[in-house]
Amino acid sequence: MAKKQKEAFFTPIGIDTGQNGEIEKSVKLPEATKKTHKQLGLSDDDVVNMFEQMYLQRRFEERAMQMYQKGKFGGFLHLYIGQEAVSTGTVFAINDDDDIITAYRDHGWGLVRGVTPKEGMAELYGKATGCSKGKGGSMHFAKVENHFWGGYGIVGGHIPIGGGLAFANKYQQNNRIATCFLGDGAVDQGALHETLNMSQLWSLPCIYVVENNGYSMGTSTRRHTVGEIHERSKGYGMKSALFNGMDVFTVYENMKKIAEEVRKDSMPWFVEIRTYRYRGHSMSDPQKYRTKEELEEYQKTDPIQRLKTYLIDKKVSDKKNLEEIESRVEEQVLEAIDFAEESPFPEDEALFEDMYADEPFFHDKK
Amino acid sequence: MAVLQFREAIREAIDEEMDRDESVFIMGEEVAEYNGAYKVTEGLLDKYGFKRVIDTPISELGFAGIGVGAAMNGLRPIVEFMTFNFAVLAADQIINHASKARYMLGGQLDVPIVFRGPNASAGQLGATHSVAYDSMYAQFPGMSVIYPSEPDDAKGLLKSAIRNNDTVLFMESEQMYGLKGEVSEEEDYIIPIGKAKIKREGDDVTIVASGKMYHIAKQAAEQLAKDGVEAEIIDPRTIKPFDIETVIKSVKKTNRCIVVDESHPFGGMAAEVGFLIQRDAFDYLDAPVRRVTLPDVSAPFSKPLFDLWMPNAKDIIQAVNAVTYRS
Repeated sequence: MAKKQKEAFFTPIGIDTGQNGEIEKSVKLPEATKKTHKQLGLSDDDVVNMFEQMYLQRRFEERAMQMYQKGKFGGFLHLYIGQEAVSTGTVFAINDDDDIITAYRDHGWGLVRGVTPKEGMAELYGKATGCSKGKGGSMHFAKVENHFWGGYGIVGGHIPIGGGLAFANKYQQNNRIATCFLGDGAVDQGALHETLNMSQLWSLPCIYVVENNGYSMGTSTRRHTVGEIHERSKGYGMKSALFNGMDVFTVYENMKKIAEEVRKDSMPWFVEIRTYRYRGHSMSDPQKYRTKEELEEYQKTDPIQRLKTYLIDKKVSDKKNLEEIESRVEEQVLEAIDFAEESPFPEDEALFEDMYADEPFFHDKK
Repeated sequence: MAVLQFREAIREAIDEEMDRDESVFIMGEEVAEYNGAYKVTEGLLDKYGFKRVIDTPISELGFAGIGVGAAMNGLRPIVEFMTFNFAVLAADQIINHASKARYMLGGQLDVPIVFRGPNASAGQLGATHSVAYDSMYAQFPGMSVIYPSEPDDAKGLLKSAIRNNDTVLFMESEQMYGLKGEVSEEEDYIIPIGKAKIKREGDDVTIVASGKMYHIAKQAAEQLAKDGVEAEIIDPRTIKPFDIETVIKSVKKTNRCIVVDESHPFGGMAAEVGFLIQRDAFDYLDAPVRRVTLPDVSAPFSKPLFDLWMPNAKDIIQAVNAVTYRS
C-alpha cells in the first residue's frame, strides 16, 4: 500500500500554521539614518516644509475617508496613510522636473507634486474641477505639467511606462531622470521583469522603487513573493538598495544619492523602501489578515510623529508653530471639501471630451 | 507612379517620417541588425543608427509599455510587432494604457504612438499565429485601426498614422509584403485616416473587404464579371473610424451587400457593418446582407482543413449568388 501523502499546501513552508499569538511582521524595517537635517543639507525651512507636506497628505486622506464613509463619493479609495515619508522624502530629493509615475495609491504623490487639495478632493468627488476633470477619480490623480504622470490602476501596468519616460529623457538628453513607484504586489508581475531587463540593457535613467508596505492587498509579503525583494534585480546586474521608509530623512538621503548617480551615469536602480500601510487595501477591506498588535507596533514608528518629535527636540520649530501649521493644513483640507462639494459635476458634453488629441471620432455617435 | 512592394511602401513612409521628424523612432524585435523579420526596416539602421532603430528583446508587454511612456514624454514611437498575434501579450499596454491614459487623466497628456505589424493568418502556421485582430481592437475607443490592402494605401496611411497625435494600430500581412503596386510619387503623400476607397465600380452588388480580403474580393469580382454581375468593391482601409457613409451610398445604388472579414464571425467588422446597413439602408435592400468570415473555430494546420477554414473567392461568389438570387 502506498504511503499516505502529506496534504498539498500552496503557501510557503513554515507559515501555514496561522497565527500563534506573536506579532507576525510582514516587513522588517531597516535602521533609519542617524544624520541630522543639517548633515543632509536640509535647511530648517526645508524640514518644516516636509512636515507640512506629510501632514497635508495625512489629513487630506483622513478627511477623504470620512467623506467616503458618509457616502459623499463612490469608487475605490486606496489610502496612503503611513507611507507619507516615501513620497515626501523622494520629492525633496529629486529635481522638480524629474518624472514620477506611480500606481493607484496616488493621493500623497499628487499632493506633494502640486495637485492642490482642492483639485484632489474634487477629483475624488468626480467633479469637473478635479485634477483629472473628474475623469480619473482616486486612482488617476496626475499633474503632468509638474512631471507627475499619474496614478495607474492596473497593478504593474505603469512600470514599463516609467521605463518609457526614462527612455524619452535619455533620447532627448534633457538631464531628467524618471522614478517609478510600485507596490510590493507588483513585484510579482512579468511587466516588472521585462522592464528591468530592458532598462539595464539600454541604460535607462530610471529608479524603480518598490514601496513595500507589507501587503499585496490582503496577502502578506512573505506569502506572495519569495526571497528578498531588493535582491530581485541582481539577476539583471542592476544596482539595488534597501532602506527604511518610515523616516523621511532616510528616504531623502538615499534617494538623493541614487538620483545623482542615475543622472550622472544613466544606469537604472532597483530600490526597496520598507514602509507600512495603516489602512486596509481599500475601503472595503476588513483586514482580517493582520493583527491589531502588528498595526499598533508600526504606528509607533509613525513618520509624521517622528518628524514632529525631531523638530521639537532639535528646536528647529516649536510646538506652537507646528500646531499652527496643523491648523492651517486642517483649514486647507476643510476648504477643499467645501470646494469639492460646491463644484459642478462635468457637463454632459464632457463625456466625449479628452479622448483624442486630434479630431475626435466616435463610432455610431448620433 | 512608382511600382513598389508593400514592404517598400511601408519602409518609405517610415523613412520619410523619420527623416522629417527627429522624435520618430522605431523599436521592435529584429528591426535593426536583422533588418526586419520581413525586411520592412531594411537599411534603416544604417541610415539612422541605434538611437532610432532599436532591437528589443522578446518582451512585447515591456517594449510596448516603454513605447507608451516615451510617447507621453515627447517622442513618436513606431512599435513593430513581429505579428499582431504576439501583440496579445502587450494588450494591457495597448488597451489599458495607450488608448485610455489621455481620457482618464482629463486630457493632460497625449499618446502619439503607432503599433504596427502583420495581422491575421499567413498560411499554415497553426492556431496561435493566424488571428485577425483588427475587429477586436476596433471595439475599444481611443485608437484608430488601419488595415490597408495595397502599397499606395499603406504608404499614405502610415505617414498619417505616424503624424497622428493619438494611438494608431497599423496592420499589414506577411503574405502581402511582396505584393507590388503603383504608389504615388507625390512629395509628402498623405491619405487621411478614416476614408474608404471604391476600388472597383459596379451596379449589382457591394462587396466590403479590407486588407488581405480585398484581394480575394477582387478575384471574385473578376469571376462574377464574366457572368455579367458587376460588383462594386469598397476597401474601408481604416476599420476604425469606419467610413460607413461610403458603404451606405453604394448599397443604396446596388441594393445588395457582402461584407468580407478575416475575423471570426462574432461581433466583428462584418457584424457591425451589416447592422448599420440594415438600420440606415433597410428600405434599399433587395436581400439580407451576407457576410463571409472565418468560421468560429481556431486555425487548423493541415492544408485541406486550412483551405476550408480560410475565406476564398468561391465563398464570396456563393454569397453574391445568394443575394442576387442566382443560386
